[in-house]
Amino acid sequence: MGNGKETEVKQIREVTVRFAGDSGDGMQLTGTQFSDTTASVGNDLSTLPDYPAEIRAPAGTLYGVSGFQLHFSSNDIFTPGDKPDVLVAMNPAALKKNLPDLKPGAMIIVNTDSFDKKNLALAGFESNPLEDGTLSGFEVYDVPITTLTFNALEDVDLSTKDKARSKNFFALGLMYWLFERPLDTTLNWLREKFKNKPELIEANEKALRAGYNFGDITERFTTRYKIEPAKLPAGTYRNISGNEATAWGFIAASVRSGLPLFLGSYPITPASEILQFLSKYKNFNVRTFQAEDEIAGITSAIGAAFAGNLAITTTSGPGLALKTEAIGLAVMTELPLVIVDVQRGGPSTGLPTKTEQADLLQALYGRNGEAPVGVVAAATPSDCFHMAIEASRLALEFMTPVILLSDGYLANGSEPWKIPHVDELPEIKVKFLTEPEGFKPYARDENLVRPWVKPGTPNMEHRIGGLEKANITGNVSYDPENHHQMVTIRAQKVKNMQKVIPDLEVDGDKEGDLLVLGWGSTYGAIKEGVERARRKGYKVSQAHLKYLNPFPKNTGEVLSKFKRILLPEVNMGQLAKVLKSEFLHHGIIQFNLVRGLPFRSTEIEEKIIELLGGGNNGQ
Amino acid sequence: MANNIEVGEIKYTPKDFASDQDVRWCPGCGDYAILAQVQRTFPKIPGIKRENIVWVSGIGCSSRFPYYMNTYGFHSIHGRAPAIATGIKLTRPDLQVWVATGDGDLLSIGGNHFIHACRKNVDIKIMLFNNRIYALTKGQYSPTSERGKITKTTPYGSVDYPFNAISLALGANATFVARSIDRDAKHLQAMILRAAQHKGTAFLEIYQNCNIFNDGAFRLLTDKETKEDHVLYLEHGKPMIFGKNKDKGIALNGLEPIVIDLNDGKHSIDDVLVHDENDDSLIRAFILSHLTDHPDFPTPVGVFRQLFQPTYDESVNQQVKEVTEKLGKGDLEKMLFSGNTWTVSDN
Ligand code: SF4
Repeated sequence: MGNGKETEVKQIREVTVRFAGDSGDGMQLTGTQFSDTTASVGNDLSTLPDYPAEIRAPAGTLYGVSGFQLHFSSNDIFTPGDKPDVLVAMNPAALKKNLPDLKPGAMIIVNTDSFDKKNLALAGFESNPLEDGTLSGFEVYDVPITTLTFNALEDVDLSTKDKARSKNFFALGLMYWLFERPLDTTLNWLREKFKNKPELIEANEKALRAGYNFGDITERFTTRYKIEPAKLPAGTYRNISGNEATAWGFIAASVRSGLPLFLGSYPITPASEILQFLSKYKNFNVRTFQAEDEIAGITSAIGAAFAGNLAITTTSGPGLALKTEAIGLAVMTELPLVIVDVQRGGPSTGLPTKTEQADLLQALYGRNGEAPVGVVAAATPSDCFHMAIEASRLALEFMTPVILLSDGYLANGSEPWKIPHVDELPEIKVKFLTEPEGFKPYARDENLVRPWVKPGTPNMEHRIGGLEKANITGNVSYDPENHHQMVTIRAQKVKNMQKVIPDLEVDGDKEGDLLVLGWGSTYGAIKEGVERARRKGYKVSQAHLKYLNPFPKNTGEVLSKFKRILLPEVNMGQLAKVLKSEFLHHGIIQFNLVRGLPFRSTEIEEKIIELLGGGNNGQ
Repeated sequence: MANNIEVGEIKYTPKDFASDQDVRWCPGCGDYAILAQVQRTFPKIPGIKRENIVWVSGIGCSSRFPYYMNTYGFHSIHGRAPAIATGIKLTRPDLQVWVATGDGDLLSIGGNHFIHACRKNVDIKIMLFNNRIYALTKGQYSPTSERGKITKTTPYGSVDYPFNAISLALGANATFVARSIDRDAKHLQAMILRAAQHKGTAFLEIYQNCNIFNDGAFRLLTDKETKEDHVLYLEHGKPMIFGKNKDKGIALNGLEPIVIDLNDGKHSIDDVLVHDENDDSLIRAFILSHLTDHPDFPTPVGVFRQLFQPTYDESVNQQVKEVTEKLGKGDLEKMLFSGNTWTVSDN
């Protein structure tokens, strides 16, 4: 060690770190870098960015605080952690906002340079919390991060303003030292990112190293922490966010179906990234269309579906509402289409940057007329990859729209992902009819699926549209009996997807007193909560629904084997409503928290314990 | 259905473009004339293949059009035809995509899609059946109804100012902007053919008589006695003259259009404005568009403007091609394993 001082290295199993600062302080970047480095040393991890809706809220204010939390461990983990063990606070507002969330005795590293009168006032501190005892009970490290960054950059040729920008790298370097992480992942990233701006590479590298060395030199830190690599299954891994995984999933579906990919989309938080990602991959025969509005986003995709593409549209709740009528058109014309709804807090504009699961009923029922569509939901960030493929497979093989539900938490969260090989991915069977003999646009196969004929196919010219069709011929029909038949056929066709979707699996005993059932992004919190309760001796099972319409065919049977079903949802009980009416289960216990935040695993654990009576459920 | 075997260029007849569906517009509707002229003109489009034609429509009387054409067709939802057509054309540049639409469909509920298709120069042909009324919903005023019009929803007369569809298309930078009239078969055929051959967004407004809810809306332009004094036929490179005796002309006094009398001894044919479709500047086309419905001027028909610019679909596909050439055809396995990865081995 640099100063000859002995620093103790403490082995720990897991830790939750939160970086917080002004939205202009680069906290998202710092968090992402820390995640990538942490992933590369083999820890399991889960992340949760939390940023304000305003791009640059006034500096120093509470509502301008941007945060990034990550939970990493030498064991399997499933959530970004409940309460942070470590907080890096770049200004008073960041401290104020995050203090209530911290674990008792948590470590706090603050940038003292920003604790001036003005910033303290902006954060609403009447006196300086570093001096008035507010932080007693915490392990506080006050570090003049800005000053130390300036010192390190003394002979770099940059303006003061630009130099100040490097302070997040100083903080990052210090955290790397504290948790014994290597610098090379970030250094490589810097060199690539600022290829054409060598002065920025130099500045940020110097700041990063200065932060790292500061940990070494200062005598303040007596302990460093070591988190052994997690024992993950063998394979090659990468860190992946939900939006990235969604975009890649569609590219994979395009490759596996042999169809070109078309995305029609209008930018909306938190879904825009999927459009951004896919617009980069033109060499995969991907066409992206940034449409004039949400409706043009979906209708251009419907046009592309008619033309023979794997067609998708991406949006969030408000956009899904606008696309409603067009989804009905795709139902009526029986064209394959995937609609991605990255849910956010609603109603109306709601909480654009926060997460929620309150679009389930909209996805299932939000259309005029009887207009059933397939609905699937991803459970974790990396699961978005698989569910994007599944949504595409179902849409293409059943000639119908399918809605893929993700949410803000999955979209922006990330986790290590064991990368699959292409030949392990499901194959998607697509057939274009080219034989004019006996062709009828609404003839049906054994699954009630109509044929797909690409315009440009000679002698098969035909017309489709939003008016009710006569079965088989596809001609416009106002016949009452035909309408009833077509309504029934469209519903049965969606139901037929049950033949090709996997059964609902139960983790733990297949029958018993309590099953915790979830859907979508609650998976991680439920899994962690259930495991904790089990470690305390409670007997509890878990199941997670990824197919919401139709449900897996064994769903009713699985549910009937449990006396009580705990159903946590980040809405007011939407899946509960559906399950109650579909399966008439009387033991469904709703657990609803609609805060714009994911469930904490401790909340699930406590609920389980409360339900199982506080005692060991062996009896 | 004619049995066409693919050998070189196929010779079609108008009947080849008629579907087996009964046409169900009101007897006497201008839509019949438009359908007939389209079916007559399509065989004349050089290199046309029936299977490569797609008609897309929205909602309204005019939007039934695709059902009657024996081509690929998509009768969609209100106002969205240009966006659907865009999705088709972007992904299938080999297809020729037509939109059949009405004044409510295109200029009211679908206004946004219309201006953005024009702005981007998507290679689609938009045929607007303008009858200045909501006909399918049985007679409410439309965005092109004249001010003061009494309809079911404006019992005391409409107080809205109408859209001038040509000005709107010009303002949105459409690269082909033209107008014709349902009753003028020859002119309409010529305009359809011109639109078909244009590369880029082709906008063709057709004045269409709805004899049920707005009969006679274009009477001045179609009645024998009045039409010659009220219609100005725009022809590229020709002076803008009109009138029964071809003795009136349009001239410009600064930026002010005026009608001059070629017999008054003061003016000659040399004073008359000569039409230039390809004028880069919007100003003259815009001035001409504003002669529409003007009590002192004839209403122009013909091609107001035609520009030759790369189309949106062409550019999008060009970019796909260039990126693919530069980066090589995408390799999924490589992509998945690219960047920051790490390996966990068995132990
Ligand atoms: S209502 Fe008018 S526009 Fe519609 S079909 Fe009848 S005449 Fe034609």
